[in-house]
Amino acid sequence: MTRLSQAFAKGHPALVAFVTAGDPGRFATGPILDALVEGGADVIELGMPFTDPMADGPAIQAANLRSLAAGTTTADILAIAMAFRERHPTVPLVLMGYANPMTRRGADWFAERAKEAGVDGVICVDIPPEEDDSLGPALRGNGVDLIRLATPTTDAARLPTVLEGASGFLYYVSVAGITGKQQAVQASIEEAVARLKAATKLPVAVGFGVRTPDQAAAIAQVADGVVVGSAIVELVGQHGKDAAEPVRAYIASLAGAIRAARKEVA
Amino acid sequence: MSDPDLLSNSYRTQPDDRGHFGQFGGRFVAETLMPLILDLEREYRAAQVDPAFAQEFDDLLEHYVGRPSPLYFAERLTAAIRAGSEPGKGAQVWFKRDELNHTGAHKINNCIGQILLARRMGKTRIIAETGAGQHGVATATVCARFGLPCVIYMGAKDVERQQPNVFRMKLLGAEVIPVTSGANTLKDAMNEALRDWVANVHDTFYIIGTAAGPHPYPELVRDFQSVIGKEARAQMLSRINRLPDLLVAAIGGGSNAIGLFHPFLDDPDVRMLGVEAAGEGLERKHAASLAGGFPGILHGNRTYLLQDDDGQIAEAHSISAGLDYPGIGPEHAWLKDIGRVDYTSATDEEALDAFQLLCRTEGIIPALEPSHAIAAVTKKAREMDENKIILANLCGRGDKDIFTVAEALGVKI
Repeated sequence: MTRLSQAFAKGHPALVAFVTAGDPGRFATGPILDALVEGGADVIELGMPFTDPMADGPAIQAANLRSLAAGTTTADILAIAMAFRERHPTVPLVLMGYANPMTRRGADWFAERAKEAGVDGVICVDIPPEEDDSLGPALRGNGVDLIRLATPTTDAARLPTVLEGASGFLYYVSVAGITGKQQAVQASIEEAVARLKAATKLPVAVGFGVRTPDQAAAIAQVADGVVVGSAIVELVGQHGKDAAEPVRAYIASLAGAIRAARKEVA
Repeated sequence: MSDPDLLSNSYRTQPDDRGHFGQFGGRFVAETLMPLILDLEREYRAAQVDPAFAQEFDDLLEHYVGRPSPLYFAERLTAAIRAGSEPGKGAQVWFKRDELNHTGAHKINNCIGQILLARRMGKTRIIAETGAGQHGVATATVCARFGLPCVIYMGAKDVERQQPNVFRMKLLGAEVIPVTSGANTLKDAMNEALRDWVANVHDTFYIIGTAAGPHPYPELVRDFQSVIGKEARAQMLSRINRLPDLLVAAIGGGSNAIGLFHPFLDDPDVRMLGVEAAGEGLERKHAASLAGGFPGILHGNRTYLLQDDDGQIAEAHSISAGLDYPGIGPEHAWLKDIGRVDYTSATDEEALDAFQLLCRTEGIIPALEPSHAIAAVTKKAREMDENKIILANLCGRGDKDIFTVAEALGVKI
């Protein structure tokens, strides 16, 4: 079993926690990642900052700019990942970001470095299945999952295209929109997750706009994972170098709610 | 002359069915947008074979935009160039007068085509990005003409330096949203337009202003702008019974250039030159993605981008806000790599000189964008024999730029 599949087989839905690499400082992300794990996150998403984060809302845009202004490089991000892997040998780590920083030195270069750094999966916002060959084969060849995204606009006709070649887990973007803005109606999430789970054996994690323990618990009743990003990134922005403790406490509140809502595993 | 459409080794059959021009182009968008992009492609294919669509497009271009635009022999500019050339040198300079279009630039050709597509798709709200404001004005114009609400994203810096166009857009009924994310310029306006689109896919059509973005935009913008080259080719043949030796056009995203070049791509004796903005010089701040960039992925397509070793996008600089973008349309990236089209660049200073030269020799105030093309024309014409013909695209008029030019020349108005 891979680290990712183990994280989704713990008997409770997985809490997937996102932070931007190089935030709140170029070398200050490590303690935030540790706080995520201590708080109870099951999967870590490490955001790769990009100058043009066109799918992100204000919170993650600001984190991207903070990180780049601090001088964060791709080498730094890989070093953050590698150090995390040494400290946390069993916690899955996924890199999330945009196509250009991932492919700048070639897909093979990136895939090999990601593997070396102990990265389990990659989420690339702007590589849809139609452009899979620009990154997918290189990642899979190195044993790194390219995690696919499904959205409210992914209809039944399109879903097979999204699922073909998908691995790791399926990320359901519950809102047609950008990160951190509004939350989807619970009923629409339930309907979508049921539809996705009927079509794939992969775990389905739900994200975009998830902020409160109650929201996380409600989603945890139907999904295999709950993704939280902007709310954590806002805490990092607000508390800077002192963000680790508030982040840990916040994650603990989410993890507690998700575990209390433990669903019957399908 | 054989029909270029019948040539077996045609340069005019791009992109492939995945929207790729060689290694460039493609559909690098978020999953939320993919179904819409695929719908747009289906609808465009249907429109391409629908005579009613072509008829409405042609009718609007003729009676609303004012096409065909004239083809003009710039006699005094040619004489001025010859005065500074070796004996026997100094090619004839001709202009395709797309600055005479309604709204003052070539941008309207594309906006007419796209709003007809939007209507065909049942979309009820239009968004667009703009840099200098020309595409914003053209979009606001067609939205007023068709009665659709219109939101224009414009970098906060550009809003400040292009106040007349901001006011024009507002007069036309558009909502102009200043973008304060990132560097507050055109690429950030495009990011913000994409953020709007992804949140409003159900009712919103994004009118992209240049031959870039995810497939099928580069193709359909090219096709709508190709009216420039089709007219120019026919006008040349009818006026002087021959084709030009060299085509020249300025390139930001590259829509006016691809519109001029594409109908001539299979004419082997016609050479082509695209002119990027070299800003303060290629060693300093500039907007020349082909000369100073590397292939990468941004705003839905793979193309040449100004970027660093980590793939972070650089800020472009040009005195012309319309060329101030760190990327370029994917078909130009491909045409450069296969060598069919040559590309060069002109600095802010060279463009300003060319701007003034055209004012004085021809009584035409050009926009700063084609001033870059004119700068390259004056250089090239001096190297070519007198019997050669250069055709340049005068893609916009300079009324919008007089404040920028005055400031650059140290004149207070």
